[in-house]
Amino acid sequence: MTDYGDRYLVGNQREQVSRFRARVMLLVPLAAILFQVYVPRIIPVLGYLELPLLATIYFALMRRSQIGGLFIGAFIGLAQDSLSIKQPLGMYGIVKTLVGYFAASVGLRIDVEHSVIRLLLTFFFYFFHEFLYWVLARGLLGRQIPFEVQRTLVLGLLNAVVGVTLFHFLDKLREPA
Amino acid sequence: MDTLLNRYRNITVLLLVIFAQLVLIAVQVRNDRDVRMVRIWSITAITPLARLLETVRSGTAGLFRNYILMHDAREDNRRLQAELDRLKMENQFLKTEISTADRAKALVAFQQRTQSRTIAARVIAAGAGANSKVVFLDRGSGAGVEKGMPVVTPDGIVGKVVAAYPTASEVMLVTDPEFAAGVVSQKNGVVGTLKGQGQSTCKVDYLPSEEKVEVGEMFFTSGDDRIFPKGFPVGVVRVVRPSSPYQEVLVEPSGLQHGLEAVLIVLEGVHQAIPELPPPNAPIYLGTPPPPAPGEQGVQPAGPVGTDADKLLRKYRQIGAAENHKFGEGAPGSKPPDFNLKIPPPGAEGSDAETPRQGDAENPPAQVSQPAATKPTSIPGPADGTKTGVAASPRRRVAASQTAPPPQPHQ
Repeated sequence: MTDYGDRYLVGNQREQVSRFRARVMLLVPLAAILFQVYVPRIIPVLGYLELPLLATIYFALMRRSQIGGLFIGAFIGLAQDSLSIKQPLGMYGIVKTLVGYFAASVGLRIDVEHSVIRLLLTFFFYFFHEFLYWVLARGLLGRQIPFEVQRTLVLGLLNAVVGVTLFHFLDKLREPA
Repeated sequence: MDTLLNRYRNITVLLLVIFAQLVLIAVQVRNDRDVRMVRIWSITAITPLARLLETVRSGTAGLFRNYILMHDAREDNRRLQAELDRLKMENQFLKTEISTADRAKALVAFQQRTQSRTIAARVIAAGAGANSKVVFLDRGSGAGVEKGMPVVTPDGIVGKVVAAYPTASEVMLVTDPEFAAGVVSQKNGVVGTLKGQGQSTCKVDYLPSEEKVEVGEMFFTSGDDRIFPKGFPVGVVRVVRPSSPYQEVLVEPSGLQHGLEAVLIVLEGVHQAIPELPPPNAPIYLGTPPPPAPGEQGVQPAGPVGTDADKLLRKYRQIGAAENHKFGEGAPGSKPPDFNLKIPPPGAEGSDAETPRQGDAENPPAQVSQPAATKPTSIPGPADGTKTGVAASPRRRVAASQTAPPPQPHQ
């Protein structure tokens, strides 16, 4: 990586760390979980959206703290598990913990303000999230569930598009530097 | 240490959080046998470690135990060695007992088989001299034993009685230098005199150098010495050295090969035939040839196959059968058979009235090679093929069986 690239991608860590109010950090994930739980019962099509995952990715990317990211993921994942029927606590918790950790790790190294980068990262982490969940379900729970690659890719693209839009909205909730 | 924790703080926290959630899952989830996953994982994680610890523990304990047990190994070794020696001696004794029993069994079988009247005896002592080739038997004159009687075993002759006491008898072995007996070779009938040499082998004297004696050939008693009946095995030829005028032949006595324990004293000897050697080309069964195709004239053999000696032997047997003469039984000076008697050759058409016609219904070709039937046989007439109904004489039956035509296809 060149010096120009380093400056462009890494930049000044202190300047690029986003800060949010505590109530935003609490309410946005909670809203995403509630949306995930209740809205698909009314509009089933919206069940394809993984808003808790998008919230995890966004806050982990913008906080640029691995420990913070993994705790955000663990919190959102465990909350999602607690509201899911017949879902042992920890399945989404583990998956989103890892997503939050790696998203924060990526956010430390590259500039995540660009929409295209956000789109690609969201697409990638969605696929990673689904694959990791499939692996854990098979390995830990012994569930023989199929992993549909094409469907996952399409839904990943959908969630990435929605995520980029959502991220623009969430950017407005950041505290000014 | 502080720097190390700071350096890996993030990954450590990640692993702790993941581990905590894994434990959370394990506590909740049960497998299909209703066992919590945390128990399964715990056992799965602990078992290899426990196995490793047990292996180390047992190995260490075994090492110490073996070391302690080594103190008693010497005493155990001595005790086991003594037991092994005792068992070896016992085994040898039992083997000897079995061997003795086998010999006794063979002796009884031979005693029942031979035509001579014999009495069983056991060797109870050997001669006192260093080169003594005599033994003492536990049967004496009280049992009917007399001086000069032959002593044999199923394997061959042993010697002859040189002194008969009331309860025992003294036997001179065939290896004694003073021993002599008339012998004859099995293959060529060469007659000689067996003499002991004081060694393990005997020599056969008075064998002309032009007579053929082969190594490995058996010698039998000839009966000429009027001690040993004819037909008892003597020994195997081991050495043949050409010399003039008599060749030197050494024979290994077969009666002394397996040790002397039990023998037979021949009280009344009966001459018996020397067993013939098995023919070099033993007869084998040959099925009937397949019938030739229509219009094909099958080539049939003219007679039984064999060497010239076989043909000569068959011819002489035919002559003997035709003249009711049995070879080997004629007294000296009796009339010999007429060897110039004309025997019709096999397949001679019309040469003999007994020759059955080819394809005759009562003389099927498949039975041509079989011996002649002992019952009267209907023989077709010589010209018109009508059956005469005359019973064939033994001579005619033999001739018919020997001169039967080769099998012909049925028309």
